[in-house]
Amino acid sequence: MQQQQSLPLGFVRGEPVLEKPENLYIPPDALELLLDAFSGPMDLLLYLIRREKLDILDLPILAIIRQYMAYVEMMRELKLELAADYLVMAAMLAEIKSRLLLPRPPSDETDEDDPRAELVRRLQEYEIVRQGAYELDQQPQQERDFFVANALAQVQASQAAPVEVGLDELVVALRAVMQQIDVSQHHQVSREVLSTRERMSQILDRLQQTPKLEFTQLFVQQEGRAGAVVSFLAILELNKEGMLRLIQAENFSTIYVHVGYVHEGAATSDGETHEAIADE
Amino acid sequence: MNEQQLKQLVEAAIFAATEAVTVDNLLQGALAGYKLNRPRVRQIIDELMADYSDRGVQLVEVASGYRFQTRAELGPALANMWQERAPKYSAALLETLALIAWRQPITRGEIEAVRGVSVSTNIIRTLQERDWVKVVGHKEVPGRPALYATTKAFLDYFSLQSVADLPALAVTRPELSSDPAAPSAQPDDTDNDGDTRERDADKAILH
Repeated sequence: MQQQQSLPLGFVRGEPVLEKPENLYIPPDALELLLDAFSGPMDLLLYLIRREKLDILDLPILAIIRQYMAYVEMMRELKLELAADYLVMAAMLAEIKSRLLLPRPPSDETDEDDPRAELVRRLQEYEIVRQGAYELDQQPQQERDFFVANALAQVQASQAAPVEVGLDELVVALRAVMQQIDVSQHHQVSREVLSTRERMSQILDRLQQTPKLEFTQLFVQQEGRAGAVVSFLAILELNKEGMLRLIQAENFSTIYVHVGYVHEGAATSDGETHEAIADE
Repeated sequence: MNEQQLKQLVEAAIFAATEAVTVDNLLQGALAGYKLNRPRVRQIIDELMADYSDRGVQLVEVASGYRFQTRAELGPALANMWQERAPKYSAALLETLALIAWRQPITRGEIEAVRGVSVSTNIIRTLQERDWVKVVGHKEVPGRPALYATTKAFLDYFSLQSVADLPALAVTRPELSSDPAAPSAQPDDTDNDGDTRERDADKAILH
């Protein structure tokens, strides 16, 4: 406004600058938001160039470096670890500026090694990537914009699925096994440790040889109650993990144990040991 | 088998397949018993596409073949069917992905040179877990860094048939006329005009 107001703050491309640009000041609180908004120093640099409506190909390094350093300074105050990558960029800007200031050897007439060239190329490259990322985000995206449609193929429709075995029937079956054991019970005093995981492996092993067994065949009379319980737990566990299937033709008929989907090594994994104490 | 049954069979085969199917998949699979040639199958698919054009589900061609998917406009409404929100990908992840798509096969160091920031391990892991990016070889320089490339699954996910479908990435790398010894200058033969991996894979496996 006042013409006689003295010295300009500086010159930008030959134009005197009298007032400080307003948009240089960023409230510190805004910085964290700001850092989230930028994906890195290149992003910040591109933003600064765009905001000042500067031409990438004709980068006024000084204007950029001033703004850039203002941001970096704030990052430093906030002790943001992220500043490292940004500092590298600042150093690069400073280096370019200093090389521009140095007088060139008179022999070097060619203007091809403008120190800005590499930065300009990187900025152009980054701009492409940024635009690419934007376009990628605009694409119809699975899970966000569309979902893949599938139909179930009724290939085995003719085979009726076997009746699922309910818990009640399992309990009944177990009781029958227990009764058998009670009848042929011997007096035992020894303590035994039976591992359910190990039993699971044994059962799977047997099913490998005979893919279909009667439920009761999986129990060993001699092992007594404890053995029966461990076997039962093992069967339940295997059934839960989908490694065997329990099938019966109709309610209260014989329950058969079938191999399910067998995963290699799944059964031999180390597991907890159920301690069972043979009756005392 | 009449015309209509044939169309039904192709439709059913694509619907029942768990992944996108190619014409060859169809010829070797569901259509194996019938003497059909490729143009014929393609013609049937085109007819099906037309039939579905105004339905909620559409038959589309993606990078790895044909599949049925819901119309993009229905996405926001359909998303309400599930508890979890659609994943939102960060700018850093999308930039990394776009860069790999554009300049593949590319090393981590090259990615960092362009983005000016170190590549977080999380991003690379996420990209690999989603099967969008895979290691296709190792660059024969000290340290033998892994070379990353995008996959067909990536193209499928973003409804692309090729990376060149993204106009921004259809351009070649800006040249630096001077200074051939720039630190980030690579043996730059990335002619990114086309299909995502097959060709690049040939190039990458140097060892």
